[in-house]
Amino acid sequence: MINYIIRRLLYVIPVLLGVNILTFVLFFVVNTPDDMARMQLGDKHVTQAAVDNWKQQRGYHLPLLWNAKEVGLKKASNTIFFNKSVGLFVFDLGISDSGRDIVADITQRMWPSLAIAIPSLIFGVLANITFALLLIFYRSSALEFTGLFLCIALMSISGLFYIIAGQYFIGKLLALTPISGYAPGIDAFKFILLPVFIGVISGLGAGVRWYRTLFLEEAAKDYVRTARAKGLSELQVLFQHVLKNAMIPILTGIVVILPLLFMGSLITESFFGIPGLGSYTIDAISSQDFAIVRSMVFLGSFLYIIGLLMTDISYTLVDPRVRLN
Amino acid sequence: MLTLLWTDIAMFGLVIGVVVAIWRSSKKEHLRRPWAKVFNNRVGVVSLTVVLVFLLIGVLDSVRLQYHDRLPNGDRNEHAQTLSVLDIILTPLRLQVEKTYSQPFSSTAYSKEMSVDKAGVSRWTYPRLLYGGAHLQNPESDKQADILSKLSKGLAQGIAAWCVLVFIVWLLKKNVFNSQSKGASTSLLTLLVVFCVVGMAASLAPYYHILGTDKVGEDVLYQALKSIRTGLVIGGLTTIVMLPIAISLGLMAGFFRGWIDDVIQYVYTTLSSIPGVLLIAAAILMAQVYMANNPELFTTVEERADMRLLLLCLILGITSWTGLCRLLRAETLKIREMDYVVAARALGVGRFQLLKRHVLPNVMHLVMITIALDFSGLVLAEAVLSYINIGVDPSTYSWGNMINTSRLEMAREPIVWWSLTAAFVFMFSLVLAANLFADVVRDAFDPRYIK
Repeated sequence: MINYIIRRLLYVIPVLLGVNILTFVLFFVVNTPDDMARMQLGDKHVTQAAVDNWKQQRGYHLPLLWNAKEVGLKKASNTIFFNKSVGLFVFDLGISDSGRDIVADITQRMWPSLAIAIPSLIFGVLANITFALLLIFYRSSALEFTGLFLCIALMSISGLFYIIAGQYFIGKLLALTPISGYAPGIDAFKFILLPVFIGVISGLGAGVRWYRTLFLEEAAKDYVRTARAKGLSELQVLFQHVLKNAMIPILTGIVVILPLLFMGSLITESFFGIPGLGSYTIDAISSQDFAIVRSMVFLGSFLYIIGLLMTDISYTLVDPRVRLN
Repeated sequence: MLTLLWTDIAMFGLVIGVVVAIWRSSKKEHLRRPWAKVFNNRVGVVSLTVVLVFLLIGVLDSVRLQYHDRLPNGDRNEHAQTLSVLDIILTPLRLQVEKTYSQPFSSTAYSKEMSVDKAGVSRWTYPRLLYGGAHLQNPESDKQADILSKLSKGLAQGIAAWCVLVFIVWLLKKNVFNSQSKGASTSLLTLLVVFCVVGMAASLAPYYHILGTDKVGEDVLYQALKSIRTGLVIGGLTTIVMLPIAISLGLMAGFFRGWIDDVIQYVYTTLSSIPGVLLIAAAILMAQVYMANNPELFTTVEERADMRLLLLCLILGITSWTGLCRLLRAETLKIREMDYVVAARALGVGRFQLLKRHVLPNVMHLVMITIALDFSGLVLAEAVLSYINIGVDPSTYSWGNMINTSRLEMAREPIVWWSLTAAFVFMFSLVLAANLFADVVRDAFDPRYIK
């Protein structure tokens, strides 16, 4: 077990290195820092001095990979690649293009993201499982057919519409919740109600279908037939056998997205004005703050890989049939 | 003279590809049977017909000609424009531009204005629109009757056109209605609804703004129709980009194993570990910087927007092949150990022949299912990406851009709901049809679903 985890952790390194090189190529090789500076500073009539100044302030004036002017190890270390990319490995994310400390921003902004993401996940999974079990319970009836059609219809609506309609009807017409905004501490409750509700509804279509296929696969197995044959009621079969055994794929499916909850949701957060990491990323994209986008790309991939690792480990914990060696 | 943009070529390539794929799979028994099942399913046929209607509009919007417009006084405009066939069909919608917002079927503007009537008295009223309901003397009293009469006229024309179509189909293939297949009749019934809707819209559109006008007075129906092409290009072109990468790498990883497998697995783990939106954002930001610094490469706004659309599809394709690749690798691993593959290898069939003849045909069902499922997701993704400003160019007609601009209009009083509703209805009908079709395709092709 320990061996396996160490081996998997070692595999993380080349993947992160790959992510790093890819983002480096995207951000520094495809376009030179000069291009970025001109884009940031506005128009085409920027003087070279202004460009140089912009680069100097942000440490983009160094050579990309190899600094011939330096001596010894500094030839490799005093470069953009070393300063901007290698630092990411020890979570030294540096300073944003607008001069703020990225790590401090992230630690401060992850809490609002989590305040939305965790309840959305919990209530979403509960709602999805409930409706999926209902569909299974009433299978091959008109109710199931209508339910499945509704699922596809719900899936076919853009997430943007759920948010806009929710804000309009619940926030504006009925005035049940604030339309947008956020407050720290216990006051956050009324602000997260609407985003969480909309998050649950917009995930319902795809979620119910996904859980339904999981349950259907489980319900086709022999032990379920045995359970029915020995006279258990359909409800008992569903809850004691099907649900219990389907928990393995359900749990491992949730584990993989747990780390990514930190990243927040881009769209939800920017629509509801929540100062989380999602809106942080959106702001960075629209103000073309390359340092933040680069950091978030790295953070996101790191969290995703951690999620994969946790999934593999959790398989061994919940399913005794899986052996890692 | 015909002029083509890059995405037009891709659009035609897509249509040709679909036709070739249908022609080829109609010759192969193991693909023909599931397709026959799809065409026998009512939901499948209805949704396919709707998707094909959208595709037809998209193709009409991709054939571009040099065209001379009529000026308002009826003269020929000497200055030729590059317009698509759809633009030319929709000429009244395209040219009847109001000053600003107006409600659907309205004959007056959205907000009050100071106007001077014939007697010279200035009054604070809703001014009449330039085009919407302009043929009416007394809009308050006549409008309802006029709309109803135009609706029934359009309905009659739609039904008449449909009858002609049925007659032509009957001439071409006399046994089409008494055969066992439900496909043809269901499709024709769906087309009846489509023809009625189109007929009514066509008879009303020259006189009213059916879906209102937007901030700069442009007809919303025109925008929504033009957006169809963008949605299709995003969904279709991305698939074209993604398929070759996913199929070749997936088959190779599963078939050759060893270091090739390791490398390919490494590549797709790395790519899929980067959050999709961020990778797209990074790539589009870089493309924007490149386009801003090389303005001489793009002579017109249209070319520039087109290049951005093409780049967006490329980037979406590059980020979305990993899922299918993983599926194909796993399936190939299974297939390569099957008896018939081992037998073929023992008989001395070369490795590439083996892949082409024995492995590829047996993973095609996964490819079909993935194409069908991904398409609708991509159309929806376009709206989200456009909202973050990393989608299509702001000058391109797209549902995402329509939603993006109309989001702020929700705060106006009285609210401007029609742009949003139009984008919603069009997007919903395309995506719902595609999703329903994908569902039927999956049921027909997935061996696990065979009962």
